[in-house]
Amino acid sequence: MTTTHDPYAPSGEPSADRVFTVTGQDWDSVVQGISDYVDDTDGDSNDDHVVVNMGPQHPSTHGVLRLILEIEGETVTEARCGIGYLHTGIEKNMEFRTWVQGVTFCTRMDYLSPFYNEATYSFGVERLLGIEDDIPEKAQVMRVLLMELNRISSHLVCIATGGMEIGALTVMTIGFREREMVLDLFELITGLRMNHAFIRPGGVAQDMPPGALDQIRDFIALMKKRLPEYAALCNANPIFKGRLENVGHLDLAGCMALGITGPVLRSTGFAWDLRKTQPYSGYQDYDFEVQTWDTSDAYGRFRIRLNEMWESLKIVEQAADRLAGLEGAPVMVADKKIAWPSQLAVGSDGMGNSLDHIRHIMGESMEALIHHFKLVTEGFRVPAGQAYVPIESPRGELGAHVVSDGGTRPYRVHFRDPSFTNLQATSVMSEGGMLADVIVAIASIDPVMGGVDR
Amino acid sequence: MSGGDSGDMKPEDFPEVTPGTERDATDPATDITGGNRLPADPEQLQPEVVGVRHGMFGVQGTGDTSGYGGLVRPVVMPGGTPRPYGGWFDDVADALVGACERAGVATGPGGAVEKVVVHRGELTLFVRRTDLLRVARLLRDEERLRFEMCLGVSGVHYPDDAGRELHAVYHLLSMTHNRRIRLEVTCPDADPHIPSVVAVYPTNDWHERETYDFFGVVFDGHPALTRIEMPDDWPGHPQRKDYPLGGIPVEYKGATIPPPDTRRSYS
Repeated sequence: MTTTHDPYAPSGEPSADRVFTVTGQDWDSVVQGISDYVDDTDGDSNDDHVVVNMGPQHPSTHGVLRLILEIEGETVTEARCGIGYLHTGIEKNMEFRTWVQGVTFCTRMDYLSPFYNEATYSFGVERLLGIEDDIPEKAQVMRVLLMELNRISSHLVCIATGGMEIGALTVMTIGFREREMVLDLFELITGLRMNHAFIRPGGVAQDMPPGALDQIRDFIALMKKRLPEYAALCNANPIFKGRLENVGHLDLAGCMALGITGPVLRSTGFAWDLRKTQPYSGYQDYDFEVQTWDTSDAYGRFRIRLNEMWESLKIVEQAADRLAGLEGAPVMVADKKIAWPSQLAVGSDGMGNSLDHIRHIMGESMEALIHHFKLVTEGFRVPAGQAYVPIESPRGELGAHVVSDGGTRPYRVHFRDPSFTNLQATSVMSEGGMLADVIVAIASIDPVMGGVDR
Repeated sequence: MSGGDSGDMKPEDFPEVTPGTERDATDPATDITGGNRLPADPEQLQPEVVGVRHGMFGVQGTGDTSGYGGLVRPVVMPGGTPRPYGGWFDDVADALVGACERAGVATGPGGAVEKVVVHRGELTLFVRRTDLLRVARLLRDEERLRFEMCLGVSGVHYPDDAGRELHAVYHLLSMTHNRRIRLEVTCPDADPHIPSVVAVYPTNDWHERETYDFFGVVFDGHPALTRIEMPDDWPGHPQRKDYPLGGIPVEYKGATIPPPDTRRSYS
């Protein structure tokens, strides 16, 4: 469809130029329309430029990302991102809930790595509460276990969708197949596949369910068989390499200037990983290697993610071994003024407060009832101040700037999401390259729009 | 680089300094900083009152019969910290003061650094907005500082902090020395201008647009300061405290649940 009316111009402003809306018709009609238009204007040099709007609803833009590309032929001369299509006001909403309820909101930001959102927020609140050293060991180990399983599932989605976007559908199907197994583990441990709200200020919501460790070990054994299949399918695949190598190049200086972290930074050969450099949650006690590559391109990032899944498996294995020796240990801080008053249990009508706890507060102790009521409705107070405890999410440095005014609700929480920052590299990675490589470059950044827009 | 010597030095390893108790920074006899006048103004060592809390249960008027309704308490943020800050914090402060002197940036009272706060093992430098750009450049380039990465800017709105309503908070990371600091810059609501640091830290391009979008802080010198999350024609700045959350009452099992911002809150 060709129109001289510009539907993208703000109301009251004149049309910038002729608009072609591509909705699946014959591509030749668009090409013909453009060449007619160029002929009409006698080949005026300004009219060689075509601005292509891609998204926000497009299967290859990795979520509701809008790309505004200026092209000359098939070469991209300028690339800009339009974001905000998934802005849900999570940070604002958190200011109207208690500190514990905040976890329920922030887990929905970067929906492919929910545990990281919960963890960085909880670390910030714990620092403000001054209870960082009081978190039980088992809670720390469970956090590490869940975060590393989450890294595997997140990297699988990155590789799967990245493969899909360049037409490697098998990579997509096998990636989601394995991710499903991780989500099954999440469902077993937390009760939910996504949006868990499981890591909370003071510890984690619940103890490990019976049989979980066995299932984790089964998963590890299976993944050890499956991960080499990914390597065999992709690593030396000429089409895969042809599409990924030397695409989306960004060197170390570029990464530093643009604040890029995570696999993109490590693909320049710089082994910066907060789990090693600024350990949290006991990461210094685990044996793993920081993965780097030295090509600074999309292929290097793919290899890093593949290798990081191996390292995560190693950590999961160690965490599972530790959990085996921590049966029955507490998973929540001992301070009863912070810890959630009851442990959840599965009853006939689903999951809820454990019957023992209800019997205690309703039949035995008035004080326990008051305590439960106060903690659940009012919540605890967090001393005034601000904290920032960043962690290494699958996409890079994720941190929550937590501000408290001494009240029962966060005064302000701002998430520094790596997807948001890393997406700024779209321009430098894709300008001057081919149109088709824009997709590869963005897939190698692995932005999750839920985290970008929050 | 995997930590190195400086990586083992964590702020938590050092005793926390309680503001105003360790030593009197205004007394020259105990001023061990040898003329480094970074946090000298005694007024800055007082805890900062940013608001007042009334009552206890968020009920206004006659609804609260508990007797707590008349409670009035100040909202107090941690005040300035006198020297020594502990650990590498002093090293950073010394290096910054030295760099500022060489660059001709005043650091005394009324100078570039208004206040230094060490709280929960984190170092916060309150920087005067007129000096932000120069201080940021020194922090990035000076060899002993080398805060080569900025993790963006986060806005905070304190409507009751007269003359300093809007805060812009920058988190800086030195990968060379494995250190983190925080810069805090304030500006009044009536004149919401802060210089843009995009020229020093290009990563702040989108972050400053976001803070402008949500708080209305105008970052002077930003290459294209437009809204980023909200639509271009959106009225107001949604994350300011005077901007309502919105929402409608929802009926659930016969009862009506009010929107979150009109529910009882425990102030």
